[in-house]
Amino acid sequence: MNPYEIRKLFPILDQEVNGQPLVYLDSAATSQKPAAVIEAIEQYYRGYNSNVHRGVHTLGTKATDAYEGAREKVRKFIHASSTEEIIFTRGTTTSLNTVARSYGGANVKEGDEIVISYMEHHSNIIPWQQLAKDKGAVLKYIPLQEDGTISLDDARATITEATKIVSIMQVSNVLGVINPVKEIAKIAHEHGAIMVVDGAQSTPHLKVDVRDLDCDFFAFSGHKMVGPTGIGVLYGKKELLEKMEPVEFGGEMIDFVGLYESTWKELPWKFEGGTPIIAGAIGLGAAIDFLEEIGLDHIERHEHRLAAYAIEKMSAVEGLTIYGPKDAEKRAGVVTFNIDDVHPHDVATVLDADGIAVRAGHHCAQPLMKWLDVSSTARASFYLYNTEEDIDKLVSGLVKTKEYFSNVF
Amino acid sequence: MSFDNLDTLYRQVIMDHYKKPRNKGMLEDGSMTIDMNNPTCGDRIRLTMKIEAGKVSDVKFDGDGCSISMSSASMMTQAIKGKDIQEALAMSDTFSLMIQGKEYDDSIDLGDIEALQGVSKFPARIKCATLAWKAMEKGLKE
Repeated sequence: MNPYEIRKLFPILDQEVNGQPLVYLDSAATSQKPAAVIEAIEQYYRGYNSNVHRGVHTLGTKATDAYEGAREKVRKFIHASSTEEIIFTRGTTTSLNTVARSYGGANVKEGDEIVISYMEHHSNIIPWQQLAKDKGAVLKYIPLQEDGTISLDDARATITEATKIVSIMQVSNVLGVINPVKEIAKIAHEHGAIMVVDGAQSTPHLKVDVRDLDCDFFAFSGHKMVGPTGIGVLYGKKELLEKMEPVEFGGEMIDFVGLYESTWKELPWKFEGGTPIIAGAIGLGAAIDFLEEIGLDHIERHEHRLAAYAIEKMSAVEGLTIYGPKDAEKRAGVVTFNIDDVHPHDVATVLDADGIAVRAGHHCAQPLMKWLDVSSTARASFYLYNTEEDIDKLVSGLVKTKEYFSNVF
Repeated sequence: MSFDNLDTLYRQVIMDHYKKPRNKGMLEDGSMTIDMNNPTCGDRIRLTMKIEAGKVSDVKFDGDGCSISMSSASMMTQAIKGKDIQEALAMSDTFSLMIQGKEYDDSIDLGDIEALQGVSKFPARIKCATLAWKAMEKGLKE
């Protein structure tokens, strides 16, 4: 399916912003939703809204089937062995916090090491900072190469026998680089550490196989992969999840409640305290159906093509700096840049006047901004509904931005 | 592109303050230093003020940010220099109303700052404009 056909499936894209057709280049922040996802959520609320796992009545059964059906779709989508390993959460942040608090709380001791990298999103930094502070553990950063990639030699030099947890993003939300998480997982395991993968930016864009990666935990969000906000997933290996304590206690997650002691449900429900995010899970299931119908291979190829095209066209704009590797094969559809003498907020405001939505700021990656030695950047991110025409509009918008700022005097 | 609309935001006087900021730097003998940032975008400001006999006798700012936040800081320092603390705070209240597009007391002369009025039409940029003012208020209220 060509991107022009795909666009038609996303109602929001058919609108004007500031009198210009919308060019949405902020999918790394959140993706747009196809009609199929919006309708799946609407059908649930209109047709069979009910709580799950408790009603004997018909609607309750229907809702439970849809909710658990979505879990099976997620399992297949990321190639997990069993639905016991698929926990629904509020998003990547909650997933990573669950690992840090539950697994980290029980297994990290004073003097142990936790290893992350300089390019991590705040959600894959702060849970580990807090854990390290609580336990007196050491937080270590794998440095970056000149082009913003991680070298396995650096990973080997940073991960030691004292390392208990390694947590790395599979795709950078700023540099767009695809990290060798499978190889890093191998190094982690050789040293007896577990491997956590932040898949927020990879799951929407490339085929994820958690068994092939051999990671111990994998976290992602629904809203970046054409699903709704408020739903995410924590995958964990069953043998680890079985030994872990829940981080939230209450309804839904219990087996038997006494006055002073209670026991938990089996996996995955012991980690899903309270009424779950039923509509969100159903929406995520619909998003997975949608992406699979188009094909992740197709999406990945399309984004490499767009990244290559964007890098080529944007490099021709004088005074424009692109961060990260120039080789499009090494990156997903994210291009972060700055224009000389124009602050990224001003770039974003001028582009917005042209109907073009880009992100400006630190992208929740302040340590990486420090490494790049910039306070903020502008970012264009692409998805399956973007076209080369969108990039042409971006580039002409950037040229106009430069002109505008040199003319305002 | 509708440059007309942008011109209400990027007024000449704003760009002038952005490119040639007034009172830029740090006061060596400042009596207070206030650091503030905008956590959503990474803009940062360091304001140094010298308070003598209930007046802002001198003020300088340093920082890093977009044209709106830096020009607003430049204009703010120009406006409050030599003013009573109460006058400076009253100016800040007026500015806050103006920038949100609300009615404000136009008997208080804001000078160049009135050029920032157009920001009220760009809600995403209001926080940029208020950063330096918030730092000033924090310092003077302490």
